[in-house]
Amino acid sequence: MLSRENLVNLVLAAALLAVPLAANALGQPFYVTLATRIAILALAATGLNLALGLGGLVSFGHAAFFGIGGYAAGILATHGFSGDPLIFGLPGTNQMWVIWIVAVVVAGLVGLAIGAISLRTSGVYFIMITLAFAQMVYYFAVSWPAYGGEDGLSILVRNQFPGVMTMRPLSFFLICYVILLIGIGLFALIRASRFGSALQAARQNEVRVATVGIEPYRIRLTGFVISAMMTGLAGALFADLNRFVSPSMLSWHMSGELIVLIILGGTGRLFGPLAGAALYVAFEYALGGLTERWQFFLGLILLVVVLFARGGLLGLLAGKARHG
Amino acid sequence: MTVALALEQLLNGLQLGVMLFLMAAGLTLIFGVMGLINLAHGSLYMVGAFACAATAAWTGSFWIGLVASLIAAAAAGAIVELVVIRRLYDRDHLDQVLATFALILMFSEGMRWLFGSFPLYLDIPPLLQGAVPLPGGTEYPVYRLAIIAAGTLVAFGLYLLISGTRLGMRIRAGESDREMIGALGVDIRTLYTVVFALGAALAGFAGAMVGAIQSVQVGMGEPVLILAFVVIVIGGIGSIKGALLGALLVGVTDTMGRFLLPKLMALFVPPAQAGMIGGAAASMLIYIVMAVILAVKPRGLFPAAHA
Repeated sequence: MLSRENLVNLVLAAALLAVPLAANALGQPFYVTLATRIAILALAATGLNLALGLGGLVSFGHAAFFGIGGYAAGILATHGFSGDPLIFGLPGTNQMWVIWIVAVVVAGLVGLAIGAISLRTSGVYFIMITLAFAQMVYYFAVSWPAYGGEDGLSILVRNQFPGVMTMRPLSFFLICYVILLIGIGLFALIRASRFGSALQAARQNEVRVATVGIEPYRIRLTGFVISAMMTGLAGALFADLNRFVSPSMLSWHMSGELIVLIILGGTGRLFGPLAGAALYVAFEYALGGLTERWQFFLGLILLVVVLFARGGLLGLLAGKARHG
Repeated sequence: MTVALALEQLLNGLQLGVMLFLMAAGLTLIFGVMGLINLAHGSLYMVGAFACAATAAWTGSFWIGLVASLIAAAAAGAIVELVVIRRLYDRDHLDQVLATFALILMFSEGMRWLFGSFPLYLDIPPLLQGAVPLPGGTEYPVYRLAIIAAGTLVAFGLYLLISGTRLGMRIRAGESDREMIGALGVDIRTLYTVVFALGAALAGFAGAMVGAIQSVQVGMGEPVLILAFVVIVIGGIGSIKGALLGALLVGVTDTMGRFLLPKLMALFVPPAQAGMIGGAAASMLIYIVMAVILAVKPRGLFPAAHA
């Protein structure tokens, strides 16, 4: 028997696939790009949802991982194009899967460093420290001129994936869509695993978790690193979507947006990030068409959601989450 | 020559530190008394700067602008507290972050609506124009010295307010036990509004003072807000003393780092690279300092008793 939430999830996933297919058939590649944007943002927010939704770790610095993934794609592609060796005589590349691995590994390592220090604290300290570390990465990117500094870095030709014409919008969308589904599947597996139970238990009652012999710090650090990796992968895809990466991917507005996506969709819900990303991009597009002051109204809507509709879109559609 | 330059940079660092203290004091006060994390504090700084620039342009007087900035920021703070913030005291930090993030979007876009996208400029008042000679032959602008003096005076006034007046006593009581002072008959809702407006006025004052040496534009509060977060994290959230020391530490470290690190690097690598590496390292310096302090003392230098 399909639960109401799973039904809503299924409809969401099907809609995200159907809309770009239809748009492509009707010769409207713009909507394909919009759907790709939704898929990538949803993947980034699913990564954050591991830390925030399951672990209760309100990271206000996930833009750091998103941007690092983006810069991994941009820097590797630049070196692949120019032929200059990157480091230790290793060349760059235009192969997406190599870029993804590098993005995930680098985001994971930076996540390990940031997490190791930030997780010594909790609550409001954690929020501010993750924010500060992300700003550190941001200012580094702005002041380091080798890869464009403030101006950012263009990727001249979208990177390649064996057997796929990545420059076709629909093909690139399908790549992102499959990765998003894998990411959501991974989230579901982690949530149901022993590790996921420990992570959620550490959120609910730290003392009890410690009492049964599990060290909350290690569990949280592991969760934080996996979360950083997934967001980093999304960053690499985002850079390829725009064929451009700049410090704005690292800015704290980006971190805020990622949290907003989760809240709009529903915290800790499997498809919350996707619902939130779809809603956010739709708002951005619809409001942006109506008024150039759309950010004001976005703020207003967000404020109303936070104050009065705490379950987010999935809370509205599928009822309360079954476990908190 | 180099000594004079270093002295000048040190004064710049002090000036930045004093401004950061005005921001951080409000943030830490609001957190200490109400347990609220307010991202929109940078917006109140921006409101102060815009109010000062617009009023000064209209009346021709910086001083009237300064008064207007205090009134506008305090009023904006009080309104925001009454309409939005008071619904957030019982919520978790995540809701507070999101709601105040939403407020930033509204404030920034609203300011652009009112004043357009072009920056405003604010002239230094005639009384404070000019420069004073420093030992070593260079000169230092009077206005920056005035900022240091004004910030120090406000810090001292805040100390007197909190340690010596009835309002200060209530604020301190609110920090140590919220329910108890409510039970003792203090109107805690009004107290919260007053504290929030006070913090907003401090931010607005800082914005107005800095507005005369930078351009007044949308988004000007955000870099300052993040530095103020670093300050209160270093100092210990909720501690005014920590905010003062943290602000001076961050201000001086940041300014001196930008001045000295490229020179230091030049001893090891060619000048062109030294500027690049030194500049990048300097932009990260205060965050590294923060990380080191937190690795040793996770709750900051002067942890508040609760929180």
